[in-house]
Amino acid sequence: MNVQTPTAAERAEKLQGMGCKRKRVEDIRFVQGKGRYVDDMKLPGMLYGDFTRSPHGHARIKKIDTTKAAAVPGVVAVLTAETLKTVNLAWMPTLAGDVQMVLADGKVLFQNQEVAFVIAEDRYAAADAAELVEVEYEALPVNVDPLKAMAPNAPVIREDIKDKTEGAHGKRKHYNHVFAWQAGDKESADAAFEKADVTINELIVYPRVHPCPLETCQCVASFDKITGELTLWGTFQAPHVIRTVGSLISKIPEHKIHVIAPDIGGGFGNKVGAYSGYICAIVASIVTGRPVKWVEDRIENLSTTAFARDFHMKTEIAATRDGKVTGLRVYTIADHGAFDACANASKWPAGLFSIITGSYDFPTAHVLVDGVYTNKAPGGVAYRCSFRVTEAAYCIERAMDIMAQKLDMDPAEFRMKNLIRREQFPYTSALGWEYDSGDYHTALTKAMETVGYRKLREEQQAKQAAFRRGETRELMGIGVAFFTEIVGAGPSRNCDILGIAMFDSAEIRIHPTGTGICRLGTKSQGQGHETTYAQIIATELGLPADNITVEEGNTDTAPYGLGTYGSRSTPVSGAATAMACRKIKAKAQMIAAYMLEVHDDDLEWDVDRFRVKGTPERFKTMTDLAWAAYNKVPPGMEPGLEAVNYYDPPNFTYPFGAYICVVDVDVDTGVTKIRRFYALDDCGTRINPMIIEGQVHGGLTEAFGIAMGQEIHYDDSGNVTTASFLDYFLPTAVETPKWETDWTTTPSPHHPIGAKGVGESPNVGGVPCFANAVNDAFKFLGVTHISMPHDHWRTWVVADKLGLHAGEAAALGA
Amino acid sequence: MAKSQVSMTVNGKPADGLVEPRTLLIHFLREQLNLTGPHIGCDTSHCGACTVDLDGKSVKSCTMFAVQANGADIRTIEGMAAADGTLHVLQEAFREMHGLQCGFCTPGMIVRAYRLLEENKNPSEEEIRFGISGNLCRCTGYQNIVKAIQYAAAKINGVPFEEAAE
Repeated sequence: MNVQTPTAAERAEKLQGMGCKRKRVEDIRFVQGKGRYVDDMKLPGMLYGDFTRSPHGHARIKKIDTTKAAAVPGVVAVLTAETLKTVNLAWMPTLAGDVQMVLADGKVLFQNQEVAFVIAEDRYAAADAAELVEVEYEALPVNVDPLKAMAPNAPVIREDIKDKTEGAHGKRKHYNHVFAWQAGDKESADAAFEKADVTINELIVYPRVHPCPLETCQCVASFDKITGELTLWGTFQAPHVIRTVGSLISKIPEHKIHVIAPDIGGGFGNKVGAYSGYICAIVASIVTGRPVKWVEDRIENLSTTAFARDFHMKTEIAATRDGKVTGLRVYTIADHGAFDACANASKWPAGLFSIITGSYDFPTAHVLVDGVYTNKAPGGVAYRCSFRVTEAAYCIERAMDIMAQKLDMDPAEFRMKNLIRREQFPYTSALGWEYDSGDYHTALTKAMETVGYRKLREEQQAKQAAFRRGETRELMGIGVAFFTEIVGAGPSRNCDILGIAMFDSAEIRIHPTGTGICRLGTKSQGQGHETTYAQIIATELGLPADNITVEEGNTDTAPYGLGTYGSRSTPVSGAATAMACRKIKAKAQMIAAYMLEVHDDDLEWDVDRFRVKGTPERFKTMTDLAWAAYNKVPPGMEPGLEAVNYYDPPNFTYPFGAYICVVDVDVDTGVTKIRRFYALDDCGTRINPMIIEGQVHGGLTEAFGIAMGQEIHYDDSGNVTTASFLDYFLPTAVETPKWETDWTTTPSPHHPIGAKGVGESPNVGGVPCFANAVNDAFKFLGVTHISMPHDHWRTWVVADKLGLHAGEAAALGA
Repeated sequence: MAKSQVSMTVNGKPADGLVEPRTLLIHFLREQLNLTGPHIGCDTSHCGACTVDLDGKSVKSCTMFAVQANGADIRTIEGMAAADGTLHVLQEAFREMHGLQCGFCTPGMIVRAYRLLEENKNPSEEEIRFGISGNLCRCTGYQNIVKAIQYAAAKINGVPFEEAAE
């Protein structure tokens, strides 16, 4: 009998490898309140740091008096820029090639800027004393409007570089100019516009928002004066980068810095950068010789660390009368706040914004981005997206709708006509990106059929007619978005951070009993890496996922990596994991051949074992081979079974998706109700469908928040007016719609397991889909573009300006 | 600052401590009792990460002084599992239904869901959504949290769990 028991399928199922809905390993501790987050740490003798912050948007500092603060019982020290200057740390380099004040040096440039750092025995004393630091300010003129930043008499934001004509990215046009960056062929784009039958031109603004993970940024720094070693625990999406940057800034040798990111309570881009709090905690620990904890509160988080977007995009599309796009021109003013602390790959000051031709076959395009300084917080991180990709996706998806409207075409039909066709892949876009794979028409067709798109349009027409007859006060909008992302940074030829190529890594050790550990350069913040990487290993090596520990976040033990953001974990470290597995498997095959006394080529892989071709009862399981690797290797072979892989991807990956949203709008209250939201994602090979669905739900909810209510707003005096959860909209379970998810699978041809990444897709595609739905509701009344966020008040104002309310506007002063 | 003696029952055990009058309950729990399950997410009572069960009510422990909890009976996430380590049905449900990602809101969410089910054994989806609206989650989009609570309710009521039609 040659029947194998259990069967290959049964054995595969037991492994819990790729494609299965494996329950999460992390959850065991999280559901019991046993996660280990930074603020849970308590070290003997630990002190607490707190900031005195600027109440002004822009002011000169005349004097800082720390006497009263220092006299508060429990206060150990107070740091100011003057103290930091003694260790040459009053300023720090940013990831974007600029410099940034750690503590205000001479003036403050945005509200809530860090002015002094108080260190005390407990957090209450630190907070008390921070209030008592006396700062004398002389207010300066404020500018918070990026469109006015380069005016001839605009307030000088950065006195330190006002005479510099060269910035980190070339010539500066004005003292408030950061950089100019462009892509594409201006001449050919201009020519397309000259010849165009139809053009549109719209200023599309993606407002300033904030990623706002539920856990704020925080750290504990502990400097050992005897050994000269610094240990830094923190909320770091990229621990190795923090170690390298920390070493460059502090001059502590890199091998004497130990950076540890424990469990992280969400990141969404907020926890990529290096912040004043980290530097001050490190200095404070060096000064006091004791561990120092710094924990941001929510107001500090929303108003100082890592805003996102603030892109003001003047957008033009050219098309033929029958609806073929022929050209794209986008001129963007990017508000970078007071310091250019963008978290982009260093050579890309506007990130990967040139993905802006989206999913469409534009023959030519030109984009130009001018970055400017204003009296707002620095940052410019990718809030749940690859660098500036969501700005691009919002812009092109809104613009495509506007063009469809002008052509009097259905927006889905217009997209169908212009989507890149399956046979065009690999496709090189007009702005130079090589899209790896796609099947866009299939995805959009499936989405339209699933939601019953034509029927929805018929219902909408009937409702519009009823509205005109005065029979209903409700409008119906149908939003369509088709997005293409560029993620998985990145090929080192394209991407580096401060000169470090954006590869990533995995190191796998298989123990004698067939269990193992995998360490990686990425860092989960809720994505479930401990679960999914083990699934890749299970499939690749035929060892049960439950037998693999996944460890991230400790720079002493993990191989060097650039961290988790820009949907790069699966595309880069996932690939590294597969490649490391293949090295292990190749060695295991040689051991198997030796043990079975056959040639390597006489063996074939069968789920969890190598078997002799033609005689399947002669086999060695991976567990057998793990044991053998430690006592029975062929002569001349090194014992052990481990491998490391540093993966430099040959290209980015290009996930895509088709989203459709149906919204009902009450014109009398401005209340919008998402009736339906359907999201079809194609992220290539799917590792854990349960986790993918969860990521899509979460990303859509963040997109819903952004599109329907979020904004970090400044008044003209530079006051940030949305710095708490009272004013900054985070959707609760009540507002959040129910999500319908779906998928197609178009593997990436250049990725070892065909995976593309998914965590950010729903945010990238979701925002324009909601926005298009709201705009679509008002379109038949002649509206072309309504700015985000589409909260109830703003939506009511739109209805009001259209004259849909009788007399209410005057009464409310709108 | 002068300190006051407080004593309360936390997770079935007596707990005492000396606190400043202004010490928040969340800080007392986390820093003096080392119960780091409840988290701090906002300081303004919006996010609910610090939710504990106090004398039969869900309470945001960042909005209450420790001295106000003197004599109270408190349950935190650490007190949800049985003494032998068996998970509470809600803890099991959150894992089964993928009702968590980063885990930061989870302790508050589960403790809140516990009180919700104590008050309403068989809540509708709408009642669940309203019932947890004081607890923010940034990762899950709530859909699987709702499912987890439905799953737990079904188990508590001894009826089969049927996923609501999508």
